[in-house]
Amino acid sequence: MTTPGTQVEIGEVAVETAAPVAGPVVSKSPTQLALARFRADKLSMFSFYVVVFYLIAALLAPILVATGVLDPFTPHQDLIDDQSLPLNPFGGISWEHPFGVEPRIGRDSLSRIWYGISFSLSISLLATLIAVTLGVVLGIIAGTSGGWVDAIIGRIIDLTLAFPQTLMLLALSTVAVAFITQVLHVPEGPTAQFVYVVSILGIFGWTSTARIVRGQVLSIREREFVYAARLLGAGPGRIYFKEILPNLWAPILVQFTLIMPAFISAEAALSYLGVSVKPPTPTLGNVLTDSLSFMSDNFTYFIIPAVLIALIVVCFNLLGDGLRDALDPKSGR
Amino acid sequence: MWAYVVRRCLMGVVLILAMTLVTFTLFFATPIDAARYACGKNCSEEQRDITRAALGYDKPVVEQWAGFIKGLFAGRDFPLDEAQREAAPEQVTHCAAPCLGFSNFNAKTINEMVSEALPVTISLSVVALVLWLIGGVLFGILAAMRQGSFLDRGIVGATLVIYAFPSFAIAVFLLNYVAIKWGVFPYPKYTQIADGGVVEWFGNLLLPALTLALLFLAGYVRMTRAFVLESLTEDYIRTANAKGLQRKKVVFKHALRAALTPLVTMAGLDFATLLGGAIITERVFNYPGLGLLTIQANAAFDLPVLVAVVLIAGSFVILANIVVDVLYAYIDPRVRVG
Repeated sequence: MTTPGTQVEIGEVAVETAAPVAGPVVSKSPTQLALARFRADKLSMFSFYVVVFYLIAALLAPILVATGVLDPFTPHQDLIDDQSLPLNPFGGISWEHPFGVEPRIGRDSLSRIWYGISFSLSISLLATLIAVTLGVVLGIIAGTSGGWVDAIIGRIIDLTLAFPQTLMLLALSTVAVAFITQVLHVPEGPTAQFVYVVSILGIFGWTSTARIVRGQVLSIREREFVYAARLLGAGPGRIYFKEILPNLWAPILVQFTLIMPAFISAEAALSYLGVSVKPPTPTLGNVLTDSLSFMSDNFTYFIIPAVLIALIVVCFNLLGDGLRDALDPKSGR
Repeated sequence: MWAYVVRRCLMGVVLILAMTLVTFTLFFATPIDAARYACGKNCSEEQRDITRAALGYDKPVVEQWAGFIKGLFAGRDFPLDEAQREAAPEQVTHCAAPCLGFSNFNAKTINEMVSEALPVTISLSVVALVLWLIGGVLFGILAAMRQGSFLDRGIVGATLVIYAFPSFAIAVFLLNYVAIKWGVFPYPKYTQIADGGVVEWFGNLLLPALTLALLFLAGYVRMTRAFVLESLTEDYIRTANAKGLQRKKVVFKHALRAALTPLVTMAGLDFATLLGGAIITERVFNYPGLGLLTIQANAAFDLPVLVAVVLIAGSFVILANIVVDVLYAYIDPRVRVG
């Protein structure tokens, strides 16, 4: 089976968009043209701003927590009634606690969710980096080597895909967390859970990137400039990473923006199954999971993290689609 | 053609063998003491050694793996240690082929546990598959036929929103509101066909299956829409239109037909993955299928059960891949067999 991956033929872009212009002809690089196309797409630009907003929020959160502006850990028992629900309506919303307070012990929801964005995004970002790096390296090696190396990498991909992902993430957690704490001597608790989620998502998430990159490499390696480099005596290392890799950044970028939201959702699902980072350290997933048991009585506490997860997932996906359309005008939708 | 089928099947067997070896390495080759988990938390040094021998954890991983493979074809007797079997013959459990192992925690063979859980998962997956295929194709076609309209945008937007919300949040929401608060569905609990008849089985299954179907629906709507739109630009559609065929017939008989092959492929693979356990849905609705079995085994550190479920699920996926590839080559003669 071949994957209809993203194809970026940079040479043809200029021809397609060249319009008859009066006056001096200003040349634009393919990157500038792609950027112009991206800017013209309102939905993509909106998604881009939302993603940037989340990223800034994620970067700010640890600083705000350190300076005491956000306080995700202090309980406020005085705001909780005897049924362990917040006293104020709508989940205890007040000026001090704009998103309300957590049922049971009354920690500030805004702080927990904001700090949680930080953890969720760093988990998915690191995992995406691992997955994409693995995929790119293996994809380039498979594509350029061909022959038995290609076949072996192909079989490894088949094998990785044969393991149902959610099941593996759940089933391996016992052994892997024990391995991480006992053998790698990572301190138990949130750190070990963090390492587990990041590595397991990365290790099982690289196959789509590898397939797409391999497909791209197969077409690029037949191009003249690669022959030229080879004739000039360039070694395989130079050909892989100096000649071929720079032509792959567009599909890699698109892959990145499409894997990232999948991992944000995966982190949430793993939280629900109890194998992601656990409270008191907040992640979007474990805040949402905690809210489930209060859903009928305290809908606010449930809907805020749910919508925040959905928003970032949608926007990342739309950003990825927009980037693909901008970088590859032929693909269409 | 037959050579291709045989080659794919052989490759599948090799892949399954490789998968069992990788799984065994992942679970038992780490310096983690598996016997400690199997024996429980308050377990003396001595008891731990007994458990270790009983489950064969004292042997190297390759030997454990070979024993497992042998058990698949010939069955095994637990405890694995011969001295223990002779000392207490009344406690020997025979695990008939294909033997998947023994759960010390539940004191029964994994075959028994799987044969209880698998029908639940299969019921859930089959009903969900039917629901999401029908829903996906219908909504997809509807969106494609009215491309760019309010309806189209509504359908595509709704699927995107469903896709974006975490699946467990949607499932718990449906359980809390649709079943408990509004009482549209009875509170779902699994009933066997043998106990309550088909009607009760289906009634109790509907909400979980609907939830599961909803989680897959988004992808199928978008795919159907894309494929139908793509095939609507083909020449044979213009021919069909030109000869005055009804719009309905053009779409359902000609355009949909081209989209059906990739849809069925996708559905086959998704279905196979589900057979390994619809983990989230089973957890939310407390359905005792393979997914819930995995969650319980994970909480109890019951490694042999985890290994067995992973292998079952993986084999389903590999098998489905072979079936789909062969069918593909059979249906579409353009697919290169080689």
